[in-house]
Amino acid sequence: MSRIPRKPCTNVSFRFAGETIEAQEGDSVAAALLAAGHWTFRTTPVGVAPRGPLCMMGVCFDCLVEIDGMGNQQACMREVKEGMNVAPQSGAFEAAP
Amino acid sequence: MKSRTDIAVIGAGPAGMAAAVMAADHGASVLLLDEQAAAGGQIYRAVGSQKATGSAILGTEYYQGGALVDRLAASTVEHVTGATVWHVSDQREIGVSVDGAAELINADHIIIATGAQERPFPVPGWTLPGVMNAGAAQILLKSSGVLLPYPVFVGTGPLLYLIAHQYLRAGVPIAAVLDTTPRSNLCQALGLLPAAFREAGQIWKGLGWLKDLRTSGTTFKTGVEDIRINGADHAESVEYKIAGHWHSCSAESVLLHQGVVPNVNLAMAAGCKHHWSDAQLCWHAQVDDWGYSTVEGVSIAGDGAGIVGADSAQALGGLAALDALYRIGKLSIPERDKIAMPLRKIMSRQQPLRRFLDRLYQPAEQFRIPADPATLVCRCEEVSAAEIREAVSLGCQGPNQLKSFTRAGMGPCQGRLCGLTVSAIIADELGRPVQDIGAARLRSPVKPLELGQLAALADKE
Amino acid sequence: MTQAEFIVVGGGLVGVAIAYGLQRRNLPTLLLDESDNAFRAARGNFGLIWTQSKGTDLPAYAQWTWTSAQGWADLSAELMAQTGARLAYHRPGGIEICLTAAEMEDKQKKMERLQTHADHIEFRMLERKALGNMLPGLGPDVAGGCLSPGDGHVNPLMLLRALHVGFQTMGGKISSGAPVQRIDQTSSGFKVRTADQAYESGRVVVAAGLGTPKLAEMIGLKIDVRPQRGQNLITERVKPFLSMPLSGIRQTDEGGVQLGESNEEVGFDDSVTPATMADIAARAVKTFPHLQRARIVRAWGALRVMSPDGAPIYAQSKTCPGAFAAVCHSGVTLAAAHANVLAPAIAENQLPASVAALGPERFADV
Repeated sequence: MSRIPRKPCTNVSFRFAGETIEAQEGDSVAAALLAAGHWTFRTTPVGVAPRGPLCMMGVCFDCLVEIDGMGNQQACMREVKEGMNVAPQSGAFEAAP
Repeated sequence: MKSRTDIAVIGAGPAGMAAAVMAADHGASVLLLDEQAAAGGQIYRAVGSQKATGSAILGTEYYQGGALVDRLAASTVEHVTGATVWHVSDQREIGVSVDGAAELINADHIIIATGAQERPFPVPGWTLPGVMNAGAAQILLKSSGVLLPYPVFVGTGPLLYLIAHQYLRAGVPIAAVLDTTPRSNLCQALGLLPAAFREAGQIWKGLGWLKDLRTSGTTFKTGVEDIRINGADHAESVEYKIAGHWHSCSAESVLLHQGVVPNVNLAMAAGCKHHWSDAQLCWHAQVDDWGYSTVEGVSIAGDGAGIVGADSAQALGGLAALDALYRIGKLSIPERDKIAMPLRKIMSRQQPLRRFLDRLYQPAEQFRIPADPATLVCRCEEVSAAEIREAVSLGCQGPNQLKSFTRAGMGPCQGRLCGLTVSAIIADELGRPVQDIGAARLRSPVKPLELGQLAALADKE
Repeated sequence: MTQAEFIVVGGGLVGVAIAYGLQRRNLPTLLLDESDNAFRAARGNFGLIWTQSKGTDLPAYAQWTWTSAQGWADLSAELMAQTGARLAYHRPGGIEICLTAAEMEDKQKKMERLQTHADHIEFRMLERKALGNMLPGLGPDVAGGCLSPGDGHVNPLMLLRALHVGFQTMGGKISSGAPVQRIDQTSSGFKVRTADQAYESGRVVVAAGLGTPKLAEMIGLKIDVRPQRGQNLITERVKPFLSMPLSGIRQTDEGGVQLGESNEEVGFDDSVTPATMADIAARAVKTFPHLQRARIVRAWGALRVMSPDGAPIYAQSKTCPGAFAAVCHSGVTLAAAHANVLAPAIAENQLPASVAALGPERFADV
């Protein structure tokens, strides 16, 4: 994965699956994860199949991740924030009582 | 955000921006609602914040979108970003969520400018991580400067060649370009070429991309008849068939594209009638030549009504706004028609090229109606082509009954990625035209909506 | 011209359950179903198999409902064995949530009225604390609820599909895509016409939901039903947290949480409205606050097939022997009775004694 750096560029770091990811301000969570070499964002509820982003524009709902404890967030529609805690979405949404 | 406006525009791509600016310039109060953090839609995505990447890679046309974004910023339009519209009623009530809160807004006139999405490309393995749309690669490039590694570009249409060319200019090693344009398309399109030569510049530019790609040493295959993407947890290779023989190439990413289709969900849920376009193989909104729909007070402008391209979308946005201004009493008919004239000229100049491109790049049937029964059609609910055909054999005559039998279309994408394929398969199985088969019934909310947000609306009343 | 022993008009839950029962008796049956975008109450269903609120003041309805609920396990097993369908039929008991003390009182009175003629339908009024032990995550603003152990739920779309498949597996024929326009008596039975086709049979059953009144008139029956809209919401798939069906909240076997229980008299309008959707959502979030961040992915309005007293109407024509009509708004609950009791009786050219009080003549003086 390569990227053409933005100028000016502010660094933002966040957590994903136990790793610290370095991103740039303005990146979507999806762009930052892809740039860091992560292709799989979730496993599906029905077939437990690995999925990642398809459209990057909010229509496919395949890029779902958990952000700061809240599941089924579209990674392509959320901007990275310093200290964000992102995790793969495992199956269905958890609405924990 | 105010709760009442003269004109509400939904979508801040070229059509929406043009409509909003035109309406505001003529004295209407205008609310522009868009999901993204900045104006531009998909084609001019992030143009406002592009300081670095440069026209060397992205091309000069992209930066022309910046002028429209600037005009929007200088206007009196109230542009609300991060606004997800989930409801438009036939009484012009809009349900929208901003910053985690849902609100209801009323408008005297609504212009739906929700643009287009890429046509689904259902092939075996298309759900593997690492498989994305060519447009997704464009977005990554424009918004974040991210380039995917060792891609195979698969499909047909100008956007595919554009992004492949951008990757070439950026120096990314390309695994292959696999062109699925049916050979027969070229013969049929040639007849439309003379009329399109008024837009010769566009055609010349496209030919230039293709020439660069073919002379760069990149593997470039044409007449591709079939595709299979393989890999365990990630796309690893692409098999492709030409003249009856299968070949294979390895890849680290696969970028699919076979044209764009209108985003119809909001307009359909609002009750706007649509009809099937055989030329574009997608649903077109039933609108007059001002973009006025079959629902009172609702217009549809730009690619959202039928694919026209960015320049025509901008003109149609202006036309829809002019008509809305007349309908709410801000312009007389002669005033409206006079301002419309140059916009109509743009439309008529662009139409021959559009017809040529539609014909040349019309996707092959086998890539719209998957033959391999295991191909997933509904990605959200993981429903295969075989299950869809089985439901038809059990008596499902249309997408609504089929949805209830198979769950295809019941996931969060609300049929955006499977709807066209489902209707096409049913039509194919029954030997009837897609127009007769219809589309699945769409209703609010047209984007998933948090229960808590909806519940809070009850308190507001 | 196609011939059959029976023609059933209407491929919704009522029609297909009756057709299933007839075909199971080896009576060649043709099911006529209209087009894909018809109103179709059968596709708007909630999926409850509910006895605690049926026939509160109409003993025959309460009894008929109970008969069906008792026969449901067998129907489920039979359909699963025959078609392999996963019906997700469960009968863990059902709960009607009461948000206020007034709702509790009201419900208790209704249940006591029901028990005066149907004391086999058990119930327990549970205060918030006891109810909270049964339902993890129950919100603090819930007064309590009514638990009735005989209630349950099923996947209503799978049920519709399974009945269609089972019917065809047994040799039943379906013709779909065009509404029936005319039914006429002939010397040997009946001629049933769509725009392009004509079908003949010895006997006919009209089970066409809201389309029944017009067709029933042609066979000498006056069936009085009107549309009553119920709006439904369903969420994305959610990890399982609710195994018991509640009257307005049910977690499906796929995980989506289905919400409903509204009644609107708006004619033939099956659209959804933010106002009612908001009310349904507000009630759901009061009941289970943790559902606040779950997303609705679909909403729909379904038009219940509602008779003047809310109970089914079963009719046998006097002027056209061999013609019947059947309508109700509880096609899921009554599926077992329709397949196992009603259809066999119709096969013998009569209606079951247990539905004698559910004929159209009960509205005659109204």
